[in-house]
Amino acid sequence: MGEQRDGFSRRDFLRFGLLAGSAAAAGCAWDGGPLLRPKLAAVSRMNDWVGEHILLSDHRLAPQWPASARSRTMPNYHIADSTPLLTDPAAWALSIGGLVRKPMRLTLPMIQELPRVTYTVPHHCVEGWTTVATWTGVPVRAVAALVEPTADARYLRFDSFDRNGQGVPYYNGWDVKSAMHPQTILAYGFNDRPLMPEHGAPVRLYSPIKLGYKLTKYLTAITFTRERPGGFWEDQGYPWLGGV
Amino acid sequence: MEPAPETAPMPPIEPLLTPEPVPAEPATPEPLPPRGVRRHHWIVRLTHWLNAIALTGLVASGLQIYEAFPHFGQKGNVYPVPNPFDMYVFPRWARLGGWLAGGLQWHFALAWIFLLSGAVYVAYLLASGEWRALLFRPRDIGPATQMQLYYLRLRREHPPQGKHNALQKGAYTFTIALGAISLLTGFAIYKPVQLWWLTALFGGYELARYWHFIAVWLFVAFTLVHVTLVFLVDPASIRSMITGWYRGRFPSHG
Repeated sequence: MGEQRDGFSRRDFLRFGLLAGSAAAAGCAWDGGPLLRPKLAAVSRMNDWVGEHILLSDHRLAPQWPASARSRTMPNYHIADSTPLLTDPAAWALSIGGLVRKPMRLTLPMIQELPRVTYTVPHHCVEGWTTVATWTGVPVRAVAALVEPTADARYLRFDSFDRNGQGVPYYNGWDVKSAMHPQTILAYGFNDRPLMPEHGAPVRLYSPIKLGYKLTKYLTAITFTRERPGGFWEDQGYPWLGGV
Repeated sequence: MEPAPETAPMPPIEPLLTPEPVPAEPATPEPLPPRGVRRHHWIVRLTHWLNAIALTGLVASGLQIYEAFPHFGQKGNVYPVPNPFDMYVFPRWARLGGWLAGGLQWHFALAWIFLLSGAVYVAYLLASGEWRALLFRPRDIGPATQMQLYYLRLRREHPPQGKHNALQKGAYTFTIALGAISLLTGFAIYKPVQLWWLTALFGGYELARYWHFIAVWLFVAFTLVHVTLVFLVDPASIRSMITGWYRGRFPSHG
């Protein structure tokens, strides 16, 4: 038995302890500290690149479910303390600008005149749950065809009138490839009815290829940009691409 | 099915024919080379410890992610899958990342280490031929039964073995398969639309997430047994997994 103790020397114990210690430090809800946090963010950006350029298809459609598969409930969510409402819904219009040849303001009736898409799909939340619902709206690519983005437009910024208690507005940045996906829509219909305020009325962004937090509700503006816009949750560390 | 020389099929109950020294006899010590025997290639040792660290962090960050929705099934329509941890919040010390976003960052960073070290390890096994000493095959069922009888004290002599005994082969084959299933179910819930065929293979998003969670507990169970057996049966193997040199009770299995 003494032989075995020799076989595992004090130095080996030290080495083993170092490994075990680093593994234990992995626990305790550690966020990486000032040293590792930027590294983790850099890996997250690399994963965004892989997600956008390798895993994402610009034409593969998300499988559609029958309307009978709809969930009984669809959780509603906003960052404001209470459901954001327009004081004058008739005055609302969506501004589309930035790196485009024909900037526009579209009213709700104008948006509803455009080509219409309806699908029943699962909604994937970053938290890990799903719900199935039916969404109706105009593909973002159809709106892009109207405003004609320039060649250097690489991203889209979606702005919202949802603001948290400190007045910080909700917003998202998207890659052009995901935004031009045929199932990415400006939605104004939910489960065969007009979109309700708790789900982002009058118009929200929807797509089955993104996590829920990428789907800006209570839209006010779309801006085509050259630089990558951040996002309300993305700025706090959530994956920027958020593709599923 | 060419049999590897060191794992040639043996008649199961013929302990008298053992070609190798039976190690359960500490009264007749083997003359050991000064540094012991060379056991683990540096690729095996490096990937083993990388995996140990990555897996610990993956489990801890996974428990952090689980906290955001500690159920399985759709929101408001929870599946009746057995889950003793339904609604359970794991203790702070067991979680990594601090909150959901931090847990995701850790999880998707450590997954690279897990994926790459696993791929290097499996490639090494295939290229070196060492997979022959590790892969559990139907012919190992008999020897595994004998090994189990020995552990249960229903058989006196330690059955003959190669580098690993048949039970070890079963355990290591199982854990490599478990690593592959963890990666596949992980990708299935990471990109359930782009990789819909993979997600469908596991029964859809909710079930794939459930299998991913079950894999955690199988890894935890494997690790508990693995570490316990290392300390109880062959503590010298820890050194060999660090330095590569083995000087313990089972030198003939180097």
